[in-house]
Amino acid sequence: MTFAGFARNAAYAFGENRLTLVSVVILAALVLCAIFGPLIAPYDPLMTDGTARLVPPSAAHPFGTDALGRDILSRVIVAARLDLGMAVIAALLSFAVGLALGAIAGYFGGWPDRIISRVMDTIMAFPLFVLAMGIVAALGNSVLNVIIATVVINLPFYCRFARAEVNVRREQGFVEAARMGGNGAMPVLVNHIVPNILPPMMVQVSLNMGWAILNAAGLSFIGLGVRPPTPEWGIMVSEGASFIISGEWWTFVFPGAALVLAVFCFNLLGDGLRDLLDPKRRV
Amino acid sequence: MHFFWKRLLGTIPSLIGVVLVTFVLSHALPGDPAAFFAGPAANAESIAEVRAKLGLDRSLPVQFFHYADDLRRGQLGNSLTTGQPVLNDLIERLPASLELTFFALLFAVAVAIPLGVWAATRPDSMVDHACRALVSIGAAFPTFFIGLLFVYLFYFLFDIAPQPLGRLNEIMYTAPPRITGAYTVDSILAGEWSVLRASLAQLVLPSVSLGMFALAPIARITRAAMLQALGSDFIRTARASGLPARKILFSYALRNAMLPVTNVLGMVFSFLLGGSVLIEQVYGWQGVGAYAVNAVISSDYAAVQGFVLAMALLYVLLNLVIDLIATAIDPRVRFES
Repeated sequence: MTFAGFARNAAYAFGENRLTLVSVVILAALVLCAIFGPLIAPYDPLMTDGTARLVPPSAAHPFGTDALGRDILSRVIVAARLDLGMAVIAALLSFAVGLALGAIAGYFGGWPDRIISRVMDTIMAFPLFVLAMGIVAALGNSVLNVIIATVVINLPFYCRFARAEVNVRREQGFVEAARMGGNGAMPVLVNHIVPNILPPMMVQVSLNMGWAILNAAGLSFIGLGVRPPTPEWGIMVSEGASFIISGEWWTFVFPGAALVLAVFCFNLLGDGLRDLLDPKRRV
Repeated sequence: MHFFWKRLLGTIPSLIGVVLVTFVLSHALPGDPAAFFAGPAANAESIAEVRAKLGLDRSLPVQFFHYADDLRRGQLGNSLTTGQPVLNDLIERLPASLELTFFALLFAVAVAIPLGVWAATRPDSMVDHACRALVSIGAAFPTFFIGLLFVYLFYFLFDIAPQPLGRLNEIMYTAPPRITGAYTVDSILAGEWSVLRASLAQLVLPSVSLGMFALAPIARITRAAMLQALGSDFIRTARASGLPARKILFSYALRNAMLPVTNVLGMVFSFLLGGSVLIEQVYGWQGVGAYAVNAVISSDYAAVQGFVLAMALLYVLLNLVIDLIATAIDPRVRFES
């Protein structure tokens, strides 16, 4: 596809689906928060204020303040970096590792395929969130280990996808031609097959990102990974939970809404990308 | 029955894999586990003693053999926090989690399948759009956030839900005598209808909030599978033969659409078992998930590993059941692979 053709296709796909466009705009805003968060935030997210505890949303504090008088808006903005960062790093790592393993399994078949597929089946034999809990518990309670756990539980999806995509292309004409031209297995795989499966894999990344965010936030919610007072959406919801029965709804609603917004946009973007790059898969 | 035994044998590699992973996890503790269990006051000698006692001085295959043998005898170690054998703790709390998961699945299936069917019969109608909106929203809301929102709305604001603290209001009701451990079943068996009502009331919010996340995949697959079934030749033939629309929809199309739906149930159970941990935390539900969260926070390794193992075994079992149901629905599955 030429670039002009691609641009036309993109304009068509996005024009047809306004929601995708909206999700791109909101995601851009979230990414800005992630990059420039501390500069945008009206207050220091860690600054406590004993005179302004649990203040409802007001002009001075649009999202209110928490039990220690910290500004919730500032904390929600600054948390974007950690939440999106964890999810993006985890999704990209499992994308890279899954692509490599899946491509090897799909291209060579035989015992590498059997071993890799068996390992992926074993991961899938666990309820994935439970496995992630077990991994973090075993490796130690840290942000890095939450990322590692998220990578592991996402791996099978990328690996199986890449394996299937490589497998159907292995015997195709252009691959035969590349082999006839004297290319070894690795150059054929890396230069000829992998570039062709990247577009559908990118759709997979985007569809997967929302889930990666939910997993990392879920782990933080139960007290794994991020520790207070670090601003992070999952842990903020968990801290706010104790004020529900006294009616201080803003303590948990705003960080939770930020999570929902991010996941929702990634899901919409994934659907939009799929329509754009891989229209046949649309359901 | 031939297929049944073959499928049963097929779970063995999964079981071996699961045990292998939990073994690796139990040996991946940060630092030296012997030093950890020997305590802060230990010297080199007492650490070596603990190491020998735990069997950590032996080779890994020997350790794995002993680990597997312990599992076979139901030895999961003792919990540091409760002081009880982990197996007993899990058995005591598992019925509560299963009850919650079952009602969540019931809610998800009862809403998602009719919704998917309805949406598929009227593509691009209001119902179809509502179905899509619900699917997108359900997939984007973290389970724990939905749970907390429900508590705020239905307990605090509208005051129509009971206090979200556990499985039964222990001040007003006494738990029924334990037979299965599930309060709803036990109260029916004991004939205590007021307790049944009370425990069902406690179940509504947790199971609906847990089921919300499972709703999305089931509704989406039902809709897609029904669209495909309704567009196929055998439905056209059935219509041309003048069969009643109701019969075409339910006996022909829905039965064929159920296979993809049962296949997605595996993923749904993965969500439900994982999500139940979060929901138990939100609603103070005394199940295995809340137990595991406490164990993780207090570095109670034996309890966490026992929980992960129990959940994995349960999940392997559920997948086996799903496969058997899929075969009952569509005999063609038997001849594949």
